[in-house]
Amino acid sequence: MTGWWTPRRTRADAEVVSANINRWLSQLTYHHSQFIDLRGLVAAKERQGLKISLCLPALNEEKTIGKEVVMFRSELMQRIPLLDEIAVIDSGSTDQTREVAAAFGADVYLARDILPEQGENKGKGENLWKAIYQLKGDIIVYIDTDISNIRPHFVYGLVGPLLQSEETLYVKAFYDRPLRTSTGVSATGGGRVTEILVRPLFSLYFPELAALIQPLSGEYAARRTALEQIPFPVGYGVETAHLLDIHQRWGLNALAQTDLGLRIHRNQPTAALGRMSFGILQTFCARLEKYGWIRSQAEFQNILRQFQNHDGVYEQIETLIREVERPPMISLPAYQQKFNRKP
Amino acid sequence: MSNLEQLVIALPAYRDAAEKVREMFLANLALIGEIPAPTFGERSRAEMVAERFAAAGLQACVVDRLGNASALLPGIEGSSTLLLAAHADTLPAEDNKPDIEIHQDRVVGPFVGDNALALAALATLPVLLEQLNIRLKSNVVLLAASRSLGRGNLDGLRHFLAESSTPFQSALCLENFQLGRLNYAAMGMLRGEMTCRLPANYDWAQFGSTGTIIPMGDIISRISRIPVPQRPLTTIIMGTVQGGISPGNVARETTLGFEVRSESAAILNQVREQLEDIAKDVTAQSGKQVDMDIYARREPGTLDIGHPLVRQGRAILGGLGLTPAFYPTTSMMSALLDLAVPALTLGLTTGERRNELEEIEEAAAIAPLSAGLAQLVAMVQAMDEGSGSS
Repeated sequence: MTGWWTPRRTRADAEVVSANINRWLSQLTYHHSQFIDLRGLVAAKERQGLKISLCLPALNEEKTIGKEVVMFRSELMQRIPLLDEIAVIDSGSTDQTREVAAAFGADVYLARDILPEQGENKGKGENLWKAIYQLKGDIIVYIDTDISNIRPHFVYGLVGPLLQSEETLYVKAFYDRPLRTSTGVSATGGGRVTEILVRPLFSLYFPELAALIQPLSGEYAARRTALEQIPFPVGYGVETAHLLDIHQRWGLNALAQTDLGLRIHRNQPTAALGRMSFGILQTFCARLEKYGWIRSQAEFQNILRQFQNHDGVYEQIETLIREVERPPMISLPAYQQKFNRKP
Repeated sequence: MSNLEQLVIALPAYRDAAEKVREMFLANLALIGEIPAPTFGERSRAEMVAERFAAAGLQACVVDRLGNASALLPGIEGSSTLLLAAHADTLPAEDNKPDIEIHQDRVVGPFVGDNALALAALATLPVLLEQLNIRLKSNVVLLAASRSLGRGNLDGLRHFLAESSTPFQSALCLENFQLGRLNYAAMGMLRGEMTCRLPANYDWAQFGSTGTIIPMGDIISRISRIPVPQRPLTTIIMGTVQGGISPGNVARETTLGFEVRSESAAILNQVREQLEDIAKDVTAQSGKQVDMDIYARREPGTLDIGHPLVRQGRAILGGLGLTPAFYPTTSMMSALLDLAVPALTLGLTTGERRNELEEIEEAAAIAPLSAGLAQLVAMVQAMDEGSGSS
């Protein structure tokens, strides 16, 4: 492989990074309980003249989507009018996901029906990108739909920092993930892909971003003014790309993170994490090239090779993973017209 | 037109209003029902119930020393007080993070029916009354009672009633299953264990030692031969047997869990004596030690079928197109009837239970809940009109 290089950093640089991280952790890392005053949040929303939309990207989540819609509609629309819109953007579920969500009052859209002239890609990032066009909010909250212990604070814990500070553009969730060791010590950390791949990469190239406890979490809230300006990988790399692009364009202080407590969801098998890692690496390398940190990724392959043993014979499993990217939404004339925006 | 006739005419509007609070009801169900609450370990759930009571605008939302969550809906006059109660505890379960799934037509999860939906109904009722613009004359106390099941023996409700400075004019006990039940009679009940143990001087070297399983088999056989009458209705349930550690080891201890139910206190006492006789006789014959522990008792009691509360319950269920199901229950209303508080037990929806070895998964239908809540609103209004008097 050619073209890789690591920028030389001095001891002084490292100290500046550490100081920046410590300052950011103390100022822009929150706990959801800090935003328990929901009426205060609604007052702040109204004072700032903002609308807030919730986007639930879904694919075959009939077991969990009902509770998510019910919880947010009851607690954050009917009791307290924090949310102005709850929308499910569906990738083409073959189970009852769309029917269940609609039955409990969510607006339900098929991703392929939104901006049909732009064609269709498979992947969660496609739904998130199309949501920017379809939803009305000035703030969009994205919540994954495989969470079984969903609670209202999953939304208000992410919206709170945006209503508190106009400088904050993007708020990322993190969770309690106690890691038990042989010495009984537990620590807070990310998932396996975060700790083995993403945090080491961030530490290598963008050390300030290593301070995000769970950079791959699927729950975040952001201002439309930021989301419309950044490209969206449609696959595994969307969360990583968001952080890299927002950090690159607006700096660390445009980001915040909120502890949302416990999150219960399905565990991914190791092979699936391998595919996720491969997609993230592609996105990461594309960003390094875009920022001018490496020369070209033309020689990179996009087939992931994994292996399994069948009766003593090792079988090669090839998976094509190509991280297609959608352009910044602001570049689409249809979007400019709908929202009266200029690039 | 009588007040009751007016209530029956209003039922369709109540059902429509209940449809509009469906999401709120289901959110309450998930928030409350996903907190484990085994008997004697209900406090976390009780705190959530109290929080939901507060969110519904109720006053005096508290959790007491025994883990009862209660709140007050003040009446316009406040000269009398009604009680709405549901038990908050569940059987013990392996899963300490219960997950409730909300499907299009039903909710599914451990102990959804027993009794999380009833707790959700309590927490949603104030919002429903507000949406219907119903202001009651009486104060209403809402209670999620702790320590009801098993060894709890209704201790939470009994404690709450003993500590309450206000007499209750009448009461409703809520159970999730089944919509249409109209229980106005409480079965008497004895719940206990019969334990067979090896004596301290047991000869382990003796070949052919039988351990405690065979004497327990004898006990079960003898209990099953106790004659029980159909009138007054009496039944003996032998619900659990536990003993031994492996097929090749002599069981040191075997325990039988049983429940005796009867409409007659005299028959309960008679069966208890017969059980004690069996324990003594098997001890003498087998050389093993058999002990009986009755840890819960409820006295039988009933309202008259002509009691105004029962009449109004029948009319309201009839108005909803439901045929009232009358049968004596072992629910918590026994403790209320003990104190001469007129009480009924009502169901909220239809459902079913799938009982695995370590987990109880229950499914409850969503559609009938609107009728269940409409019934509740109308019954509370009927009680508010003074139907508690006999």
